[in-house]
Amino acid sequence: MTRIAAVSWNTFREAVRDRVLYNLVFFALLLIATAILVGQISIGIETIVLVSLGLSAISVIGLLIAVFTGVGLVSKEIEKRTLYALLSKPLRRWEFLVGKFGGLVLTLTVNTGAMAVGLLLALLYVKHSLGSGDATAFVAVYFILLKLAIVVALALLFSCFTSQLLAILFTSGLYIAGLFISEMRNLDASRVGPAARHFFTGISYLLPNFQNFDVMAAAAHAKPLPGILIVHNTLYALLYCTVVLSAASMVFGRKNLK
Amino acid sequence: MIDAARRFNKNECMPEPAIEIESLTKDYPTGFLHLKTKRSLENLSMRIEEGESFGFLGPNGAGKSTTIKLLMGIIFPTSGSAKILGRPIADVEMHKDIGYLPEQPYFYDYLTAAELLDYFARFYGMKTAERKERVAKMLKKVGLETAGKIQLRKYSKGMLQRVGLAQAILHDPRVVILDEPMSGLDPIGRHEVRDIISELKRAGKTVLFSTHILSDAEMLCDKVGVIVGGKLQGVGRPDEIVGMKAHETEIVFDADANEARSAAVRAKASKSGSRYAMRVPEENVFAAIEELRAAGAKLAAVTPIKPTLEEYFLHLVEKDRAQAAAIEVSGK
Repeated sequence: MTRIAAVSWNTFREAVRDRVLYNLVFFALLLIATAILVGQISIGIETIVLVSLGLSAISVIGLLIAVFTGVGLVSKEIEKRTLYALLSKPLRRWEFLVGKFGGLVLTLTVNTGAMAVGLLLALLYVKHSLGSGDATAFVAVYFILLKLAIVVALALLFSCFTSQLLAILFTSGLYIAGLFISEMRNLDASRVGPAARHFFTGISYLLPNFQNFDVMAAAAHAKPLPGILIVHNTLYALLYCTVVLSAASMVFGRKNLK
Repeated sequence: MIDAARRFNKNECMPEPAIEIESLTKDYPTGFLHLKTKRSLENLSMRIEEGESFGFLGPNGAGKSTTIKLLMGIIFPTSGSAKILGRPIADVEMHKDIGYLPEQPYFYDYLTAAELLDYFARFYGMKTAERKERVAKMLKKVGLETAGKIQLRKYSKGMLQRVGLAQAILHDPRVVILDEPMSGLDPIGRHEVRDIISELKRAGKTVLFSTHILSDAEMLCDKVGVIVGGKLQGVGRPDEIVGMKAHETEIVFDADANEARSAAVRAKASKSGSRYAMRVPEENVFAAIEELRAAGAKLAAVTPIKPTLEEYFLHLVEKDRAQAAAIEVSGK
């Protein structure tokens, strides 16, 4: 555990010293500030506009960091050969992978947290006081974080056996596919045929279901969410990350580093 | 301090080797579909005893780094096996007793040398105070005590090599594996690295280092292994290794430059001052002496010429190239 924590801490430290991340967070906070202005000209729906734009900004910036930093977590270490010295320490390859994953999730947590504080301040500015329904916006932020953890795990998996560019394409492709899970499950058999319907239904259970994490509409309208959804999504993200990281460990564990 | 009890194999009461390699072979896939393979290392077997300083010699691309990467688990063998301190190389826990310096090391350039060493020390379970003490000691040892707080991106190649050496010996390992440790260093840096290797040797550590700087190997090694074209050409003491090649003998003689009967032998020799010197193969020494005596020359010295490690090394490289060319021609 100490070894995984050491790798995680170093990954986090690298991200902190990388100024690109600060620019992205600054950009997101700027978007939230813009949302206040846009909200002011949207009479009667200021909060809806602010929460929708704020959560979208947090999600998009988080996704950019998760995909682009995620695919470089392992490949950059191989390319620059920093991994050679590291693997000569008593560190298993899977421990390295889990450590890198943990480090980026920690970075995303801090970044998302900073942006969530920005959203909170913007909400306070617009509404002057917060009701219990506004907590949904912060549950939505938590769900975004869970979604990002799955994206990081996928980016890590793909970067273990393919180039950075392909890993970006595969991860982005799976993310987009994961937004259309219910559409895949509800295909009209009379139009696509029963075989295609079965195929897409089967595939939909393998793909990450990102629709479950999308509660932006409820957050914008300050509707409370059932507690079971929080438990369900947390367990789903944990399980999915475990499976994907196990697959990544199997691939990486057999990889010859040139 | 070497644990004496661990040096002996329980069954055979024989000292257990520090590094034992058996028939290690490594093929790399080549081509777009990876259907062809290129053999980088062929059937390598060797044994390095504990406390020994072993030089791994060979030209670029000979298979030295491949062997070291296989030992460190960076790549995996196609066939064969290896053990370090009696444990298979796949056993990562064994790395607690090993230090490794990669070839042309590159470390996290956003860290300072002190931060990097502190990070690596965490993998050996060192507590904060111990880490701090070890890091300071190592930085001093490699001459970087004043540069410890500078980010590695500002370091020169030579400084990075020193950091690499510091991280390799940070945890006081029993076996130290150094891939081209002198590479990129100026003469003073090389001297310092040689001192560190000598110190490790004196402390009873097993040192395996690859190099193509032969004088370093001759100076530091108890044993050397020469590898060319992925095949081990010989293992032994540096003087044993060169002894494998037929010697030449240098014969120095005096002869009258105006005497006609010595003209033939003078023509075969080179003039050095007032004397003549010629080199003859070992098997022709007696015949050459007889010829000199018949020509009226006076023998001054007969000295067997041992080739240097460098000459032996070049001879092997040329032999390997000739073999490769012959195979290519016969293939056509």
